[in-house]
Amino acid sequence: MFDIDKWQEILATIKKNKMRTFLTGFSVAWGIFMLMILLGSGNGLSNGVSQNFMRDAVNAMWLWSGETSIPYQGMKEGRRIQLTNDDYDIIKDLPGIEYTSGRYYISGNTFSYGSEYGNYTAITCHPELKEVESIDIIDGRFINQIDINKARKSVVLGEDIYDALFKEKDAIGEYIRVNNIPFKVVGICKEGGGTRNRNAYIPVSTGQKVFNGSNRLNNFALTINANTLEESQAIEAQVRETLARKHKFDSSDRSALGSYNKLEDVIQTMKIFQAINIFIWIIGIGTLIAGVVGVSNIMLIIVKERTKEIGIRKAIGASPASVIGLILLESVLITTIAGYIGLVLGAGLMEGINFIVEQQYAASAATNGGNGETLFRNPTVDLNVAISATMLLVFAGTLAGYIPAKRAAKIKPIEALRDE
Amino acid sequence: MGRKQKTMISLNNVHKSYVTGSNSLHVLKGIDLEIKQGEFVSIMGSSGSGKSTLLNILGILDNYDQGSYYLNGTLVKNMSEKKAAQLRNELVGFVFQSFNLISFKNAMENVALPLYYQGVPRKKRNKIALEYLDKMGLLEWAEHLPNEMSGGQKQRVAIARSLISKPKIIFADEPTGALDTSTSYEVMEILKEINNEGITVILVTHEHDIAAMTHKIIRLNDGVIAEIIKNGDLKHWKHQYAKELETA
Repeated sequence: MFDIDKWQEILATIKKNKMRTFLTGFSVAWGIFMLMILLGSGNGLSNGVSQNFMRDAVNAMWLWSGETSIPYQGMKEGRRIQLTNDDYDIIKDLPGIEYTSGRYYISGNTFSYGSEYGNYTAITCHPELKEVESIDIIDGRFINQIDINKARKSVVLGEDIYDALFKEKDAIGEYIRVNNIPFKVVGICKEGGGTRNRNAYIPVSTGQKVFNGSNRLNNFALTINANTLEESQAIEAQVRETLARKHKFDSSDRSALGSYNKLEDVIQTMKIFQAINIFIWIIGIGTLIAGVVGVSNIMLIIVKERTKEIGIRKAIGASPASVIGLILLESVLITTIAGYIGLVLGAGLMEGINFIVEQQYAASAATNGGNGETLFRNPTVDLNVAISATMLLVFAGTLAGYIPAKRAAKIKPIEALRDE
Repeated sequence: MGRKQKTMISLNNVHKSYVTGSNSLHVLKGIDLEIKQGEFVSIMGSSGSGKSTLLNILGILDNYDQGSYYLNGTLVKNMSEKKAAQLRNELVGFVFQSFNLISFKNAMENVALPLYYQGVPRKKRNKIALEYLDKMGLLEWAEHLPNEMSGGQKQRVAIARSLISKPKIIFADEPTGALDTSTSYEVMEILKEINNEGITVILVTHEHDIAAMTHKIIRLNDGVIAEIIKNGDLKHWKHQYAKELETA
């Protein structure tokens, strides 16, 4: 099969027909290049958005209480539902629930340290909130169970609060005042994937004790163990059912108990991305088809143009197989090399864009306290897909060349010679 | 000397029709012909008489419908393309009116091409090609492309190409058709020398003076052989041809 002389003959032909070679190669290289850009952009968009999603755990769920809007068991609507620590104990043991954190709203949140002060939000919580909201600890620790049990006046500051109050001084172990009550700083954190870190976290038990909360809670943040939309909806329904029975309201009353299930959103968005992906593939396949048509066209023209040459070669003693081989090997050689060039250029461009995007991400992260904002990240293409696409084009070029080449090799040399 | 009498070409009642759509054109209507090794033959006839068709059949460039054709003792009938190509490569050399050189190959590469199909390595075949170009007096043109050469030069390159595979027969289809008179005579001189080396030369022409340089003239008329004029009769034939010119 490998015959140096044959390849020399092919290379000589390619070298002396530069325009033809360029046109064939260009349509392949362009097709692959466009496909790389298309698929890369799709991946980049998808990666960027899913990264933004990771701010909170994807399986997070929130519950909050309100007033009933549906009469229930003889009781009128407009009744206030109050969640308590008992509810927390019930919910956290329900099947399918992973992490649970309760919150009691406290009002008026003036934070001060020495002469510095500012208004921020103090969120009362259980230690599990760290998992639900993907909170990253920069320094120190998060609220722990001992804080809860002893109702210690501990506080974990968001990075922005730390910057405003401490200005790079050491904060751990220092006391700040929240609504004029001293709290000991035990950690500094930032929210996962977020851009603003203006929340502080204090133990829920402390919050209830210090700010007249008794055993009352206002909302719950949970994560659930579910993989599908159906599972997550079932767990949500079960939680609602349990609370409805305990507090005596209609479980479908969204005013009495509000709930937001993030997984539902995530799954919805992922569906949109699947649709976008399908769309990109349709365009990609369209691009490929355009490439295939381009290559086929050029191959048809090449064979037509070479009919006389084929006649000469046959008159001189070329067998049909050697004529077909000559044309096809030339086509395979050109399309393979051109496909590779398109691949390298496309991958190179995507890497370049990736470099710029990462720089911008780093820049925005620097100004936003480590949380960059971008819709476009890591726009790379699966190499297998790119190589398969190249092979498809090579194959199409070969097939498109084979049919007319076979016909040309079959016609009698005298007819080919007559062809002007 | 008995070998000289060996039959190179033997045609027996060969018919050929061209079918285009519903029309059938009967071009050759039963040709019987025998050509011995070493002969120098021209085929003449008015246009449409079937002379080119006959040459193409002889050169296995075209097939025929009826009868039989033996080339160097081998029956050429319903031959596979591969076998035909091989036979052409081994036995036959072609010279065409329009030269039929490959335009993107230089003179040397064009001449060397038949050896490529015999599997001769590149260096060796290029060296042989240069020898043949030298014989044609075209050594310094070896690196030139066909479009940089004159008609006579191109035809000499084509002749070198037809000779390089050491064929037993050279078929020339109007080899002087595209050349001026003096160049035509040069080409005929070369063909004569080739014939002197023992190679059978068969050419198609419509020029009487060219035909008169060969040893045997086959006159075709409307698909059949009208007459065969042998060596000795040529003088008489020339006379007749002159008369034809006068009446024309």
